[in-house]
Amino acid sequence: MTTVDTPTELVPLPGPRRLRLSDLLSVGFAGVTGRPGRAVLSAFGIAIGIAAMIAVVGIGASSQASLQATLNALGTNLLKASPGQTIFGQNATIPYDAADMVKRIGPVRSASATGNLNPTIRRNSYVDDSITNGIGVEATKDDLLGTVGGSVASGSFLTAATDKFPAIVLGSVAAQRLGVDRIGEQVYIGTRYFTVIGILNSVPLAPEIDRSALVGWQAAQSYLGFDGHPTTVYERSDPSEVNSVYQVLAATVNPQDSGSIQVTRPSDVLAAQFAVNTTFTGLFLGLGAVALLVGGVGVANTMVISVLERRQEIGLRRALGAGRGQIRMQFLVESTVLSGLGGLGGLVLGIAITTGYAAVRDWPTALPAGVLIGGVVASIVVGALVGIYPASRAGRLTPVEALATT
Amino acid sequence: MNVIELSSVSKTYRGGVHAVRDVSLRIGAGELLAIVGPSGSGKSTMLNLMGTLDKPSAGTVRLLGHDIARLRDRQLSTIRSRWIGFVFQQFFLSGHLSATENVATGLLYHGVNRRRRLQRAEAALQRVGLGHRLHHRPYALSGGEKQRVAIARALIANPAIVLADEPTGALDSRSSAGVLQLLQQLNSDGVTIAVITHDRTLAGRLPRRIEFLDGEITNDTGVLS
Repeated sequence: MTTVDTPTELVPLPGPRRLRLSDLLSVGFAGVTGRPGRAVLSAFGIAIGIAAMIAVVGIGASSQASLQATLNALGTNLLKASPGQTIFGQNATIPYDAADMVKRIGPVRSASATGNLNPTIRRNSYVDDSITNGIGVEATKDDLLGTVGGSVASGSFLTAATDKFPAIVLGSVAAQRLGVDRIGEQVYIGTRYFTVIGILNSVPLAPEIDRSALVGWQAAQSYLGFDGHPTTVYERSDPSEVNSVYQVLAATVNPQDSGSIQVTRPSDVLAAQFAVNTTFTGLFLGLGAVALLVGGVGVANTMVISVLERRQEIGLRRALGAGRGQIRMQFLVESTVLSGLGGLGGLVLGIAITTGYAAVRDWPTALPAGVLIGGVVASIVVGALVGIYPASRAGRLTPVEALATT
Repeated sequence: MNVIELSSVSKTYRGGVHAVRDVSLRIGAGELLAIVGPSGSGKSTMLNLMGTLDKPSAGTVRLLGHDIARLRDRQLSTIRSRWIGFVFQQFFLSGHLSATENVATGLLYHGVNRRRRLQRAEAALQRVGLGHRLHHRPYALSGGEKQRVAIARALIANPAIVLADEPTGALDSRSSAGVLQLLQQLNSDGVTIAVITHDRTLAGRLPRRIEFLDGEITNDTGVLS
């Protein structure tokens, strides 16, 4: 059955109108602020996730900034050459004049050497000579301290004058282990007593010196049977030429067998310690991501419940002329706002944690802007993603279904 | 031109329930009528069909001549926002919005800016006699006042027809009389109004009554023109 209408009589269909962006946002915000308690609780999960991620990255960056400051103070231009093994598997030796050879490399500012000695150091002659306390005895050139960037805590370092006498300078750890706290005391090395003339502060770039007792080069030869071969050569060069020096150092130290010389850069060890810390960063970032995911599920859950509870509101809006798409957008915006507010909370929390932790560790606070922006953006993206399902459920409700619930 | 025209309309729900069977009726501009019947008679289905909230299983529903079965959801939504004003028994007002803001939501999906919406909302509230309650929240209003706010919201877009579903169902007799009086007054100003109700006394005070029983029209007092 069809009734024929004359088309000229028809009132034209009204054109569809968009929901203004400002109205969409205010409707979305109203949905969140209408139930503040629930909004705070469900945004909390997101906040924890974002805070964890920002704090982890911020603490890592602060620790790196502190490391950078340390490296800047210590310098990254110290290189250390020590013998490895020859190709026949024997312990290699370094020629007598290695340090002087190294000084002739153009960009090298200073070079020095130590030579490992067999006798052990003991508090006195009654202590068994097998007890080393982990302290090595080293023959030492008098320019060592300036090259490794060390300083004297008390007394003085070896000089040309004390080089040939039975005098000894203790590294910070060595002094502690021997129980020597002031200069002038006697310690027993090999077959005779040596007088402590100086105690060093800790040397961050050469921690092996902290655990050493340093004897003058000549004294080592005359009293302790030192053969005169250095076992470690230290050099400091122009910072911009470190790589060039690195390449020629082994050949300079031992021109006959450069392959038996190992060259290391002590500042790399500090950087490597930082790299170890960053593996934990990965773990915590993962935990932060899990927290964010759980927070996202919490927001999705809240939104699903919200859609169920607000069927009448949806029905009314449909009756007032909202299309499916407009209802969907409303709930999508609501979910995004909810999650984004959580992200902002997490941002504040993360900055507070980082600042507090850095203050406790006496680090400079470093918060990369990218992470802060990324954190908030991540929360917004999560909100939009988890909002898709509840929003599409809201949009699928027919007006009749929505209004039927009483 | 008929505002609403139903031709042999049936609505069958899943499970074979015939909510409305072979109903034909025309509502002209400027009418004030009641669709009256006991619960289960198909009144609510009539509201849904006339309000384009639902589509018929058979027959055609025309609104200002447009067959709603041919229109997509987006177009139907636009039609509801322009041509139909709904009034519900439970008012459906937002508790956290003032009377003016509640009325203004009637224009939310029109692309009208907020300032203009609020101006027109105030005018609509004046029209229903609530000029002194503009900034009150719903909890501060009596039942009759809440329903007046809802009526103002239905009127704000100047719809072709107002569909009122049990508008006095939640009100005491005095407030009911006030709301009825308001509907009559609006109708005399030219607003087309269909009241869906089970209340025969209320229906009896309206110029035209279409009586329903078991999904069919049992009596139509006819178009007064």
